[in-house]
Amino acid sequence: MKEAVISVKNLVKKFGNFTANDDLNFEVYEGEIFGFLGANGAGKTTAIRILSGLSAPTSGDVTVAGYNAKKQPEQIKKNIGYMCQKFSLYEDLTVKENIMLYGGIYGLKKALIRERTDLLLEKLNFREYGDRLISDLPLGLRQKLAFSVAVLHEPKIVFLDEPTGGVDPITRRQFWEMIYEAAGRGITVFVTTHYMDEAEYCDRISIMSEGKIVALDTPADLKKQYHAASVEEVFVKIARPGNN
Amino acid sequence: MQKIIEARGICKKFGKTQALKDISFEVSEGEIFGFIGPDGAGKTTLFRIIATLLIPDEGTMEVMGLDSVSGYRELRKNIGYMPGRFSLYQDLSVEENLNFYATVFGTTLKENYDLIADIYSHIEPFKKRLAGKLSGGMKQKLALSCALIHKPGLLILDEPTTGVDAVSRAEFWGMLRNLRQHNITIIVSTPYMDEAMKCDRVALIQAGRILSVNQPDKIREQFTRKLFSVQAPEKYKLIHALRSYPGTVTAYPFGDSVHVTFRSDEFDNSLYEYLRGMGITNVVIHETRAGIEDRFLELMEKGTTAIDRG
Repeated sequence: MKEAVISVKNLVKKFGNFTANDDLNFEVYEGEIFGFLGANGAGKTTAIRILSGLSAPTSGDVTVAGYNAKKQPEQIKKNIGYMCQKFSLYEDLTVKENIMLYGGIYGLKKALIRERTDLLLEKLNFREYGDRLISDLPLGLRQKLAFSVAVLHEPKIVFLDEPTGGVDPITRRQFWEMIYEAAGRGITVFVTTHYMDEAEYCDRISIMSEGKIVALDTPADLKKQYHAASVEEVFVKIARPGNN
Repeated sequence: MQKIIEARGICKKFGKTQALKDISFEVSEGEIFGFIGPDGAGKTTLFRIIATLLIPDEGTMEVMGLDSVSGYRELRKNIGYMPGRFSLYQDLSVEENLNFYATVFGTTLKENYDLIADIYSHIEPFKKRLAGKLSGGMKQKLALSCALIHKPGLLILDEPTTGVDAVSRAEFWGMLRNLRQHNITIIVSTPYMDEAMKCDRVALIQAGRILSVNQPDKIREQFTRKLFSVQAPEKYKLIHALRSYPGTVTAYPFGDSVHVTFRSDEFDNSLYEYLRGMGITNVVIHETRAGIEDRFLELMEKGTTAIDRG
């Protein structure tokens, strides 16, 4: 049986009278690519903040990378990586400086950072870019580097927010191959996105609406279940209250 | 049909960056014309030139019969422009923003209410709310209402659906289609390939150049090879195995499958055997129809080869 690296039981999060997360239950497994979808305001951001140790649940039992979200949020932060499409790297630092900075934040020893920097630049075919400013890099390269930096400390889980939004189709595929490769190494990849064609790449997806998870399955099974040709169609059918 | 935009040989540089290179296209009256391409392709620069906000280095841009450089004063009265970044006054209410834009263009909300009713009705219940306090989908509807308030002949929408959820996006495209009855020509940009299908015609744009202009279905049909969708449980292994197979031309991940083209446009049992030899079983292969993104990839590859050859 696959090991669950994220385990959410009866998660409730309230802000005053407003229930942002209303009894969420799900598990995400080791090496799984999990898509976490929902309309704006459905409660995704609240849930992700809890899963990444930035916010405590009102009630319920949330375990991430073996740590309790309420009691050990600092341990969770050390064992996860995060990348979003809008911002991930400092544009006015060089490639190597960014790697050094993130490596340092995650407490890696200098020698180890140097070793992993070489490895990473080698792997990305990036050697000549090491001393360039991020702002001088083409967008596609930035995205690939941002992902590599997010998993520099070999986290159990990496959270990706619209990871391939706005990149060209070739870079996009190279990016997904990096994700598959990371998942193959056992890193769990937790993807949030508004773009349903990105969701099609995930092993399983959940769809949130009004604070609840209203669907959770593989893209293929969801399409079957809702007689839809695409995840987009499934989403439009169920993601908005009143559309049910 | 009347031409609303005629672009000929447009070039634009920023320092050393060639943002647009020899861009030519035409847009006819009443069309929904999409520019599809990644960030940095030049979409915003092009839209700013059409909107008379930038002057091209070379080439001519004729909009509704006027030159975009010499005719900018007249043109601005007849263009509605919704920039990619939310640009309304956050500290004015919904209603105040609309009235402000109406006044600037010498009209009133009442005069053109029927034009925006379909869109504005969604946010009218919140008309006293500050624009800065609206949700993403509501901001988008307000920005569209403001861009339309003076009944422009040409509506320019720069990435209107970026960051908006799929339900709101579907609604948004529905609203654009409804604007057709008012005879408004729409140009719209998006980095999302699947949105191309919502347009009458699209231009695929990459690195400052137009790769192709056509109806979305025609662009799909222009894919030059037979395309096959291959599925197996271990995707990463499958991609690499398919690439190393001698008969393969291209193999790219595509959703839950891998899109593959073969030299002979066919495959036989040797492929299954080859994959089995690499430890990949439970393989499902079927022919599939190329999408916009498949064709975009193919055009990008050709562009790279052309550049490589010098």
